[in-house]
Amino acid sequence: MIFIAPATLGFVVFYIWPTLRGAYLSFTEYSLLSAPKFNGLANYERMVQDSFFWNALGVTVEYVVINIGVQTVLAVGIAMLMYRLTKSITVRAVILAPYLVANVVVALVWYWMLDVQVGIVNTFLGWVGIDPVAFFGDSHWAIPTVAGINVWRHMGYTALLVFAGLQTIPKYVYEAAEVDGSTEWKTFWRITLPLLRPVLVMVLVVTMIGSFQIFDTVAVTTQGGPINATRVIYYYIYERAFTRFDFGYASAMALVLFAILAVVSLLQLRLLRAKESDLA
Amino acid sequence: MTRQVSVGRTVAWILLFVLLIVTLFPFYWMLRTAFSDNTQLPGHPNSLLPVETTLGAFKRVLGLASIEEAQAQGGSGAAVNFWLYLRNSLVVATITTVCQVFFSAMAAYAFARLRWPGRDKVFALFLAALMVPPIFTTLPNFVLIKNLGLLNSFAGIILPGAFMTPFAIFFLRQFFLSINRELEEAAMIDGAGHRRIFFGLIIPMSAAPIATLAILTYINSWNDYFWPLLVGQQENVRVLTVALGVFRSQTPQGGPDWAGLMAATLIAALPMIILFLAFAKRITNSIGFSGIK
Repeated sequence: MIFIAPATLGFVVFYIWPTLRGAYLSFTEYSLLSAPKFNGLANYERMVQDSFFWNALGVTVEYVVINIGVQTVLAVGIAMLMYRLTKSITVRAVILAPYLVANVVVALVWYWMLDVQVGIVNTFLGWVGIDPVAFFGDSHWAIPTVAGINVWRHMGYTALLVFAGLQTIPKYVYEAAEVDGSTEWKTFWRITLPLLRPVLVMVLVVTMIGSFQIFDTVAVTTQGGPINATRVIYYYIYERAFTRFDFGYASAMALVLFAILAVVSLLQLRLLRAKESDLA
Repeated sequence: MTRQVSVGRTVAWILLFVLLIVTLFPFYWMLRTAFSDNTQLPGHPNSLLPVETTLGAFKRVLGLASIEEAQAQGGSGAAVNFWLYLRNSLVVATITTVCQVFFSAMAAYAFARLRWPGRDKVFALFLAALMVPPIFTTLPNFVLIKNLGLLNSFAGIILPGAFMTPFAIFFLRQFFLSINRELEEAAMIDGAGHRRIFFGLIIPMSAAPIATLAILTYINSWNDYFWPLLVGQQENVRVLTVALGVFRSQTPQGGPDWAGLMAATLIAALPMIILFLAFAKRITNSIGFSGIK
């Protein structure tokens, strides 16, 4: 029993208790200064009418779609390249490197590289005749930029997960395809991708849950701007709780985010039939 | 046919090569900028080598330059001391890793080997906690830490992660389950208790996965931003990630101190880069092996 004691203590105090308390706080008005005051569904009613909340949700979804869409395609591409070309651990390690550096570090390095006046990326763009882009300052570019930065950080990690999945596909399937005269392109669409589906679904679920929780990059670069263009839900909750001390409302939004994540994950697992493999 | 394939392979190799460049270039650019003179940077935006190579940026962020010196070189002149933040990050990441891995290993052993009522239900509950988004528990945890009077203390930053994470327990349990039972049974017959089996048998036999988990935990803890931002703003406990955010917001007159900022990010990233170079194979393989984190 002594073995489980410390972990259970930590689990109850920092996981179970805050989960229950968070749910309770979402039905209260709480500013940290006085005790939480129960106010029923007021926070949720307010949320429905809060245009900032809907904006935050919309911005977050836009971010997730771009981030996950680009990242997944690139990761599958990278995994295929590695699978077909090289088993080199060095290549895999280099690909993974960005993932091991802090979000904050990655965000700041790109913040500098993408600077509108002296950033190297705009210099490159200049060489091919494109005018400087205010990646962070332009409200149309801000979210794709933040999404792109996190694609850069995560694509290698995701590629390695897919790569691990590729290795579970038995060789004889490919040999059979080759005998039948299937082209590389056809083999990829007809065989590799369908057999990869269970792995791909798990990767999608995990990366998407992470993607919804985008915060660090926004916090150190745009801080929600320009004009709310990057005020993602995590950042909005943070602002509500820690600059306005509106803990009840923030908890309610966090609970809604929790519910959204649960629904999205379940839907993905259902729709993409994660547990079934086509490999009989 | 053969020619076509080799053309395809060449293109594929070029793609992979481009990809490696895209991956590595930002690291190089960080290095190049950190060793540059900030006042000269705008004049040479595309110089591949550092502009007017100098250690000035590092002196600034390590608090070794006077205010006048720092401002002359394009710094904000605000007091920053990345030695201190480096120390704080070391303290937080080290204590978190040691405690979390040790306590998680104990719990994982209890889940893998000991028999007790409700064990599997409790384990399922632990796993379910993986689903809860951190911000949801973070808000009440902040209230708790505040009420305990632990804001701006190492204890406040470390405590929530010190006891366990569901992932760590899950990860180690998998390994413990795969250990051959016969050795344990032999030890039992010799009269060894669970404590002796755990310390004398299980831990030595799982040294590799425990080390892998410790490295991953260390990296995560080092890179964490959200929680230390909330509870550890004060300078004496400020960790590197939080310090970077603060530094970035102290824009000096006449334009950002890019060289200083890159020097600071380099200081924050370097320990992870070294750790990675030392354990690249282990870390890379762990991702294929543990499947999905």
